[in-house]
Amino acid sequence: MMTDFGYTTWILIIPFITFLLLSFFGMRLKGLPAGITGTSALGVVALLSWYTAITYFTGGGIADGGFQKIVAANAVWLNLSDHLHIDMGVLLDPISVMMLVVISTVSLMVHIYSLGYMKGEKGFERYYAFLSLFTFSMMGLVVATNIFQMYIFWELVGVSSYLLIGFYYDRPSAVAASKKAFIVTRFADMGFLVGILILSFTTKTFDFVTLTDINGPAIASKGGAVFMGMSLMTWSMIFIFMGGAGKSAMFPLHIWLPDAMEGPTPVSALIHAATMVVAGVYLVARMFPVYYFTAPEALHIIAWVGAISSLFAAIIALTQTDIKRVLAYSTISQIGYMIFSLGVSGYGGHDGLGFMASNWHLFNHAMFKALLFLGAGSVIHAVHSNDMKDMGGLRRYMPVTNITFLIACLTIAGVPPLSGFFSKDEILTAALHHNKLLFAIEYAVAGLTAFYMFRLYFSVFHGHDRHYHHTPHESPATMTVPLIILAFGSVFAGFLPFSRLVTSDGAPFESHIEWSVAIPSVAIGLLGIGLAWVMYRKETALPDRVASFFSHGYRWAYNKFYIDEVYIFITKKIIFRRISQPVAWFDRHIVDGTMNGIAYVTQSVSSMIKGLQSGQLQKYGYVFITGVIALAIVFIYLVK
Amino acid sequence: MNLESFIIMRHELVLTLAFIFILVAEVFTGERNKEKIKGIAVVLFAIVTAVGFLPAATGSLFGGMYQASGTTTLMKNILNIGTLIVLIQSYTWLGRPENRDRIHEYFLLLLSTLIGMNFMISSGHFLMFYLGIELATIPLAALAAYDRYQNRSAEAGIKLILSSTLSSGILLFGLSMIYGVTGSLYYPEVAAKLSSVPLVVLGFIFFFAGMGFKMSLVPFHLWTADVYEGAPVNVTSYLSVVSKGAAAFIFIIILFNVFPVISVTWEKVIWVIAIMTITIGNLFALRQKNMKRFLAFSSIAQAGFFLLGFIGGNQLGMTTVIYYALIYIFSNLAAFGVVSVIAEKTGKESMDDYDGLYRTNPGLSITMMLAMFSLAGIPPVAGFFGKFFLFVAAAEKGFYVLVTIAVLNTIIALYYYLLVVKAMFINRSDAPIASFKSDFMQKLGLAICIAGIVVTGFASGLFEMIRNLSYGI
Repeated sequence: MMTDFGYTTWILIIPFITFLLLSFFGMRLKGLPAGITGTSALGVVALLSWYTAITYFTGGGIADGGFQKIVAANAVWLNLSDHLHIDMGVLLDPISVMMLVVISTVSLMVHIYSLGYMKGEKGFERYYAFLSLFTFSMMGLVVATNIFQMYIFWELVGVSSYLLIGFYYDRPSAVAASKKAFIVTRFADMGFLVGILILSFTTKTFDFVTLTDINGPAIASKGGAVFMGMSLMTWSMIFIFMGGAGKSAMFPLHIWLPDAMEGPTPVSALIHAATMVVAGVYLVARMFPVYYFTAPEALHIIAWVGAISSLFAAIIALTQTDIKRVLAYSTISQIGYMIFSLGVSGYGGHDGLGFMASNWHLFNHAMFKALLFLGAGSVIHAVHSNDMKDMGGLRRYMPVTNITFLIACLTIAGVPPLSGFFSKDEILTAALHHNKLLFAIEYAVAGLTAFYMFRLYFSVFHGHDRHYHHTPHESPATMTVPLIILAFGSVFAGFLPFSRLVTSDGAPFESHIEWSVAIPSVAIGLLGIGLAWVMYRKETALPDRVASFFSHGYRWAYNKFYIDEVYIFITKKIIFRRISQPVAWFDRHIVDGTMNGIAYVTQSVSSMIKGLQSGQLQKYGYVFITGVIALAIVFIYLVK
Repeated sequence: MNLESFIIMRHELVLTLAFIFILVAEVFTGERNKEKIKGIAVVLFAIVTAVGFLPAATGSLFGGMYQASGTTTLMKNILNIGTLIVLIQSYTWLGRPENRDRIHEYFLLLLSTLIGMNFMISSGHFLMFYLGIELATIPLAALAAYDRYQNRSAEAGIKLILSSTLSSGILLFGLSMIYGVTGSLYYPEVAAKLSSVPLVVLGFIFFFAGMGFKMSLVPFHLWTADVYEGAPVNVTSYLSVVSKGAAAFIFIIILFNVFPVISVTWEKVIWVIAIMTITIGNLFALRQKNMKRFLAFSSIAQAGFFLLGFIGGNQLGMTTVIYYALIYIFSNLAAFGVVSVIAEKTGKESMDDYDGLYRTNPGLSITMMLAMFSLAGIPPVAGFFGKFFLFVAAAEKGFYVLVTIAVLNTIIALYYYLLVVKAMFINRSDAPIASFKSDFMQKLGLAICIAGIVVTGFASGLFEMIRNLSYGI
């Protein structure tokens, strides 16, 4: 039985109205009331989202033995041609409904948490206005009925991320980070737009339902014309993935995410851990049938990009000392997992295990990574520093933060029966069936993840006290309650029957734990934890000795493999000097010179003819009559 | 002919009634209540405007001397809207002490010119047309001299009346030649008997010169700058918007209805005049520092753009002329409205005085900016669509060179329109115009203009409606 989901448009409208209210009247609300307004509006959105999810999954979305794509609302916005039009609407299917729950829940937690964390900050109302804008944009992105609507909201998400990273606009580093994030993701989005244009050219539609219909024209076209060895469809899907890779900070477009940690920590939890950065995963999941049936090469690229990013980021995370940067690299690594999992997935039934696992991991990751960030925020709130060297022994002062953080670390390390264990197991199983080398990489990453997370945990919560300015204390309830709620989510999300809810073709299938994969992966996780225990639980010289043993490798990893420097070399030394400067010279001298010349001629002609306007009436009459006579002569005698 | 058929000419009738009402009211109001007339008159005119929108029969009267169609009704309604805005904008200015004893004159003169324009648009006979054009012009000269104790205003009146005498003479001369060839002054008969003989061409050129004077096309435009500058701001805005719009409307009607036979000739004439008008108007506007003179010259260039819709003789052309006139009314009246408010409050009219206006009067500055953007044709404001359709209409008939020159001219126009915006938003001034509050009527006038600029640009249904009422040769 299909239910009417028209009310879901309110999920978009409410945050947008909140944004308008807070931006125009926020100043009058003065601090806390603004935050409470934003939070309660989001509470309503979260309730609506949960209600939608429950009705959808318990029958509202089921027909013909599977979950259907339901267009809950749709309006034509721009008519481009008879076939091509841009719509605005709400599309519900398992992944978008799941995302609604993820976004609204994490966003609500962050809203509540920020009441404590951002208390007394300058621009408190502005902060909440931006959060509402972000929530609106992100919701619009996931419920988009067509790829163009998605692109519009995709950019809005980018803008709100930019605004929030640069929230402390009086800090030069925050401003630089926000610009970097915006420019890098914009660059990637250029690829996205090119991809959309090629896609609409080949398939004559933007509509997701038509595009992903496996019997529809888009998939039946088998990719269209061939260009440089690949079909147009493959090209377009690769370009579209470029946009996804930029937003999801995949190698080599990942450079903006660590810097984005300049934003307030709750923002990092919401945007740069749980929701926006998984937009790339969502994009590929949304277009998955198109990828699978028309562009398998693109899917192959996706698998490798995901695998390399996860390995690469995990290695860097081993060496970082800034607590938020470790988490940022860990985010890149985990998103790499999800992207990779989509890349190795098949379509339909148990073949679509990777698809299901990816979404499941997305869901779990949102919970535990938001928890990690909010926990880190709690620590930063207590010690006023981001650097792990300034932290130690905090478990005695911050019991709630300690326990919840530990739960999150165990979850990400894949210790059963926490949620991370289940989704990671499914991802590794899918990988094993696909490609042994990729499996080996991801298996190694599982060990690295456990190690760097517990390195972080032990150095922050164990070991000696540092010289704190004042005794660290547990954060207020507004901050600890979200931690506890998210910890519950992290623990129990593994028991959700995901394979019966979110699948590649909408039809449920049975999944079970593959013990031959699970046992080794738990083993390597425990090994990582054990190593971290030995090296970091008590402060010893051991870590330094290890670091100096791997001195070159350590330095490379510590400097993030110099990727930023490569970018700077390419932009400053090559693009600016070799391309931009000559172009600028041409522009300044030739183009401007021509324009100035024209302007000069215009001005002089204008001053030459000014005598015509003398103010004397008899002259006006003279010109009038002359004009008439001239016209008469020309058109009677000369031009007939 | 029965009494009911008079409803066909309801526009002129209600206007005449309003005219008589104000005249009588003036006689019967005491010395102290004279100022109330302006309120009554504005309300009365709002009713007149509303009546114009009521659906009514169309047809012809007086043996074809007078004719009304959907097109003429639309044109008259557009003129009414423009006049209503002008009246609202004049409201505050009329309240000045020196105007107190002659408020009624302003309304009477203005209404009689409007009656003249309506008859002109509805004419089916050249004599009716001539009566209309004279009725529309002579009171205008009196209006231009409304500030009669100021030399500039008196000079404007004299210049307007003398120039118009000259142009009327030439126009009549042309009409007499056409009468000589065809033996009739009824439009359909003239159209039927016309042929492309030199005498007809000469007659047409003389007629064209007369219309060129009304629309201030180059080289018949020289009176414009002096009169616009000297006349009171509100009269200037009326002259540049309503009077010019009316001339453009009747001109396109006569061209399409009476002169289709010699369309090859008039296309060439218009081709030359359009280029001259746009270019010279722009070149002069470039140098102006006085806001009224600046708007006067820019309105000459705008009149040249109207000609782009004439030249093709196609339905799209007439549609765009009417559409562009509507946009032009809102945009130009917004610009004149701001100038008038500032002149009213501070007496300043020079572009340099507008430096830093945004800091002190942001509302006025934004209105002015919208008006400038619309006049310059920057998307997405209405003016862009107006110009765009004009270009399409001319290009559809293959006048590519003309369109290219017109497009190049829009760049020059963009430059000088943006000068105003730059002055208001970027330039700094040691002594900017002090911050002040406009009164209700001034705000209302500007608000209508802004709404017009925004709505006409986005409501595609409006364009379709005008298109349905338009026709080609």
